[in-house]
Amino acid sequence: MTYSGDRILLGSQRESRISRFRPWVLFVIPLIAILFNFYIPLFFHFLGFLDLPLLVTVYFALMRRSPIAGTFIGAFIGLAQDSLAKNPLGQYGIVKTLVGYFAASVGLRFDVDHPFIRLLLGFFFFFFHEFFSWVLARALLGQQVDFNLESTLVLGLLNAVVALFLFHFLDRLRETI
Amino acid sequence: MDSLLNRYRNVTVLVLVIMAQLVLLAYQVKTGNDVRLIRVWSVTAVTPLARTLEGIRSGVTNFIGNYITLHDTRAQNLEMRRELGRLKMENQFLRTELSTADRARALSVFQSRTQSRTLAARVIGTGAGAGSKVVFIDRGSVSGVEKGMAVVTPDGIVGKVIAAFPVASEVELITDSTFAAGVISQKSRVHGVLRGQGSGTCRVDGVQTEEKVEVGEWFYTSGDDRVFPKGMRAGQVRVVRLGPTSQEIFLDPSGVQNGLEEVLIVLEGVHQMIPEAPSASAAVHLQSPPPAEPSTGQAPIPPVASGTDADRLRDRYKAIGDAQGHKFGSGLPGSKPPDFNAPPPATPATPKPAAPTPAPTNPPADPQ
Repeated sequence: MTYSGDRILLGSQRESRISRFRPWVLFVIPLIAILFNFYIPLFFHFLGFLDLPLLVTVYFALMRRSPIAGTFIGAFIGLAQDSLAKNPLGQYGIVKTLVGYFAASVGLRFDVDHPFIRLLLGFFFFFFHEFFSWVLARALLGQQVDFNLESTLVLGLLNAVVALFLFHFLDRLRETI
Repeated sequence: MDSLLNRYRNVTVLVLVIMAQLVLLAYQVKTGNDVRLIRVWSVTAVTPLARTLEGIRSGVTNFIGNYITLHDTRAQNLEMRRELGRLKMENQFLRTELSTADRARALSVFQSRTQSRTLAARVIGTGAGAGSKVVFIDRGSVSGVEKGMAVVTPDGIVGKVIAAFPVASEVELITDSTFAAGVISQKSRVHGVLRGQGSGTCRVDGVQTEEKVEVGEWFYTSGDDRVFPKGMRAGQVRVVRLGPTSQEIFLDPSGVQNGLEEVLIVLEGVHQMIPEAPSASAAVHLQSPPPAEPSTGQAPIPPVASGTDADRLRDRYKAIGDAQGHKFGSGLPGSKPPDFNAPPPATPATPKPAAPTPAPTNPPADPQ
């Protein structure tokens, strides 16, 4: 992994390096992430807090640095997640679409190879995702769900730490231009 | 125009994608229909992988268990657990039978009752989402599973099928925040609605503050929801609090306490009676009643006449009228009425206190 020193903000968009991935990576990694959420918590309940599909969405959106690609990646992963949950289709889809878009927009401005930025973004997007899901569930779907701030903050931190290691692993699969 | 679209291309795509999903969402919410095709694609893509993973996992676990660590203990353990589950169900059934045996309709209940027809299934995945309270099982519509069927274990209810795909089904767990089922308490037969809370406990709503529910009491399904057959265990009361309008009752759901690996889908449910709770006095030994005392030759004390004062007055007047040979209802206007101030005839010492017969040989006595 290469870090760009102590700089966090990029001087210009030219400095941002667009990462490319082989097509199978873009297909298999989200599938594994969804499968992980689908199967692993059956045996390891404590891993239920991990939202790997979200982290994968954030990673690919950050690295591709294309808001359109981020939008579609988020939408597809979110819809796939919706179809394996009992949510109406689109609940996670909309939230992850927004996450993908904003993550890609952030990727254009920040040095997303920096570990601190990754930690921060992992935390921020987890919180954003949970909060927006709650807003959507209450406002659009009329569901009576509670939003536990403390628990969300703690889970956001844990997901951010996992994101650091996950992003480091996924960096090995990218082809930098 | 083109340059405008080009300039705001990213936002335009974002808005279009979100609008499309909003329309999809609105369609589902408004019509109550599901976009089944997309779900079938996803489930069909993911469940075979999960099934393969589960096969590998159980294969490796069985191999290690059967051939490396313990040669055949695991097989015995599995067999015993299966047997224990069957015996638990049978025990509950028999206990219920026993508790109703002393009722008049026990025979007809016993004759008409058969145990629910169930189908065993294995849990192969959970819903994809943090804190999801749904699981997927490896039986689908091909095996006869339909949406709305109850899912149970010998320990209690687990949830209900909310979607049946060809080779898998989605089960909403009892702990899901949208789950609801009709329940009834074991001791005082209080009806309520069991609701999941999204955590490990469940809540029972709709129990008025004057109803009596105790900690440790069991709640059973009431059958009101037309999903779960009546008489299946739901959970044990952990906390009871008085709320503003109703009681706040929290249960430990018994069906999902020990983890979920194998479950039973109720294909044809049969209602059962709620077993009687053991009464508090059951543990107290009671002597048999004392024998009747031998007769002392004295006349027994006549029982006190039953009825109201009006009844007693009516009987007194009737006795006086009968003693004077008056036939009630036959006197003409102007004829002499009986003398109701005369003392009434004495009542016999035996039976029928409410209908005394005249005994002219005895001195008159006031029955009052």
